[in-house]
Amino acid sequence: MSTAPAKTAVADADLTARYYDLDEHDHPEGGSTMLGFWIYLMSDCLIFAMLFATFGVLGANYAAGPGPRDLFDLPLVALNTSMLLFSSITYGFAMLAMQKGLVRQTQLWLVITGLFGAAFLGIELYEFAHLIHEGATPQRSAFLSAFFTLVGTHGLHVTFGLIWLGVLLVQVEQRGLIAANRRRLMCLSLFWHFLDVIWIGVFTFVYLMGMLR
Amino acid sequence: MLFGRLSLESLPLHEPIIVATFAAVVLGGAALVGALTWFRLWGYLWREWFTSVDHKKIGIMYMVLGLVMFLRGFADAVMMRIQQAIAFNGSEGYLNSHHYDQVFTAHGVIMIFFVAMPFVTGLMNYVVPLQIGARDVSFPFLNNFSFWMTTAGAVLVMASLFVGEFAQTGWLAYPPLSGIAYSPGVGVDYYIWALQIAGVGTTLSGINLIATIVKMRAPGMTMMRMPVFTWTSLCTNVLIVASFPVLTAVLALLSLDRYVGTNFFTNDFGGSPMMYVNLIWIWGHPEVYILILPIFGVFSEVTATFCGKRLFGYSSMVYATVVITILSYLVWLHHFFTMGSGASVNSFFGITTMVISIPTGAKLFNWLFTMYRARIRFDLPMMWTVAFMLTFVIGGMTGVLLAVPPADFVLHNSLFLIAHFHNVIIGGVVFGVFAAINYWWPKAFGFRLDPFWGKISFWCWVVGFWLAFTPLYVMGLMGVTRRLRVFDDPSLQIWFVIAAIGAGLIACGIAAMLIQYAVSIIRRDQLRDESGDPWNGRTLEWATSSPPPAYNFAFTPVVHDLDAWDEMKRAGAPRPAGNFRPIHMPKNTGAGIILAGISTVCGFALIWHIWWLAGVSLAALLITAIAHTFNYARDFHIPAETVAETEAERARQLAALKGAAA
Repeated sequence: MSTAPAKTAVADADLTARYYDLDEHDHPEGGSTMLGFWIYLMSDCLIFAMLFATFGVLGANYAAGPGPRDLFDLPLVALNTSMLLFSSITYGFAMLAMQKGLVRQTQLWLVITGLFGAAFLGIELYEFAHLIHEGATPQRSAFLSAFFTLVGTHGLHVTFGLIWLGVLLVQVEQRGLIAANRRRLMCLSLFWHFLDVIWIGVFTFVYLMGMLR
Repeated sequence: MLFGRLSLESLPLHEPIIVATFAAVVLGGAALVGALTWFRLWGYLWREWFTSVDHKKIGIMYMVLGLVMFLRGFADAVMMRIQQAIAFNGSEGYLNSHHYDQVFTAHGVIMIFFVAMPFVTGLMNYVVPLQIGARDVSFPFLNNFSFWMTTAGAVLVMASLFVGEFAQTGWLAYPPLSGIAYSPGVGVDYYIWALQIAGVGTTLSGINLIATIVKMRAPGMTMMRMPVFTWTSLCTNVLIVASFPVLTAVLALLSLDRYVGTNFFTNDFGGSPMMYVNLIWIWGHPEVYILILPIFGVFSEVTATFCGKRLFGYSSMVYATVVITILSYLVWLHHFFTMGSGASVNSFFGITTMVISIPTGAKLFNWLFTMYRARIRFDLPMMWTVAFMLTFVIGGMTGVLLAVPPADFVLHNSLFLIAHFHNVIIGGVVFGVFAAINYWWPKAFGFRLDPFWGKISFWCWVVGFWLAFTPLYVMGLMGVTRRLRVFDDPSLQIWFVIAAIGAGLIACGIAAMLIQYAVSIIRRDQLRDESGDPWNGRTLEWATSSPPPAYNFAFTPVVHDLDAWDEMKRAGAPRPAGNFRPIHMPKNTGAGIILAGISTVCGFALIWHIWWLAGVSLAALLITAIAHTFNYARDFHIPAETVAETEAERARQLAALKGAAA
């Protein structure tokens, strides 16, 4: 008589423990951030895919205007490409320093990355100015519309990357390499390398194959 | 210079209909603002709702946005129905072509982007975290921001009614008509910026919900133990993330054509208008599945619950959903078979389109087999489900008919097409949203919706729908095309009059629905549900109180089977009574509404070419966003005592209920 209720209580407690997570701890903050950012990058990748497709469709419509061979200066573009590739390597060094917890070294590599990125943008702007000066404006033909939009969108992304880099430099200075800042640096790292991959596509598809058209 | 293209002439003072509407909106708006101020509700709204990062409150705000915009979109529909019913025998009707073209464009844009999307997103926001046993979404701040960006887009569309004009291009704004040469006004710019700003919100909310479903499921809930609504939400959000960027890109190219003078979609200098049509439908076709998939999920939940048994063919339901997700990317060309792609291309897309009806048919059979020999309870959600099955099947069949390219050459752009897609969107999405509102309302507010007015609404809607759209099928087969303002053939008038009567009946249905909400709120004490589980539900959202506490679950449920809550009830697992812990939650923030507000200003400035304001607001947007990243204190703990109090209150409520039953 006296044991029956006790037994039920034990069974009930077991049932509760079976159906509820009684030993739950705080979920680590930002546990979904890398996945979420990765998905965002894929959506961004789709925007570039559209711009590549547009270039693929319209890239030969010169409308009796200049074509790639008349316009592109491959050595300059090669220099430009190397700037962006170097910036990816230096960002990698920044991440290695971050893993070791070296604040100064991380910041130094980030600054170098930023300088390479700025050099890339400078060369790109010079190229654009040169083309426009020669009359090869985005309005001249569908080919040039597609060219300026694809390359320009990439350039705009690099610009935002640079602003982000600057903000993170300040935040690392303020708070050091805390978990939130590490996560942010990881996201920017993904973003930066992603832009590098896109650029490889631009270099190959627009410049190199354009010269073969 | 200071106001760009904006001047006093931009106000449509010469249109008496718009002036009267404006007067009504101003009076109504002033009354609302006055009432909110009088009852001192602004602070409450700001603290508890506008800045809230709680997925439940954001979900409800999405539903409110959808409902408000639904009334606007329906007003447009009624205007079209009246115009088409009277513009015969030399009569011009009462809408001039400039106004009429805006009305049909606004109707389509609003109904898809600012009614169906907010409804669907609102449902997913409210239900998915509860169904997977989570406390919120992965990125609560982004969720709030997404909602306000969607609202910002809606605000711009509404502004176009009174300041300037809306696009007169049809809801997808095909160039060259939407190019600067043929649409020099602000209408298309309103269209572009409203969709771009809202699109940011939609894409981010898609990312958010994917991350939530992938990362935040309760322990034990494997992918194949997820509720069907969660599954369909996952697929829908994959579709959102994989299609909205396409819309963003194609609208960006159209803006470049209009603002910079590039030649993407122009007729000369190598541009290609047909490329726009291809690109926009590569977004547009997945979009219709974005709307319908979660609704299929709603019907699956409702059918299983009101039949009181497990859904028939759970895994086939999941696979059908995934197959539809993939196939939805392979059918876009059926929207323009007449473009002239040639027989092979048209055949390919015709066949893929017909193939999509196979998984959809499998779903229908699953619902039917669930109902087979079940003790079905015909409450309102189940009534809407049955109405959906009967209506949607017809819409699906006319869709298969349109998928045959030679038939499409006859029916392209005819009223048959209009009848078809209203048949699937109203019969599918709208009926589904009503089923969902009736089903989950008790969860959100703690009381049921009044069944009497709900049933009046139901019958008005279902009968009204068929009365309004059957004539369009008939006229479509006779060759009447869409978007016409006046008619020469007097024998058609009777059909348009019948359609207008149908629209009137639907208006009664909407009125009854609004009365239903009002009556239910007034009689909420009689309709109260204390159990948190009024329908004898099967999934985890019914495991908590109605409305759920801010933290949803004091202890996360552990899942051992499909239909987790049903299993917990059968096992008789007692709720944990003690040892509560502090719960880690995100803090509210005003950053979302502020950023969206600045975006609205920026969009308005770009539409009216007020360049200085566009520059200033863009800079402000950037600075505010950066400033927000300097805020590291974004979370707090609900103290264990508060949790214990809330849970003790809940235990008393349940005990009282049990006592009353015994």
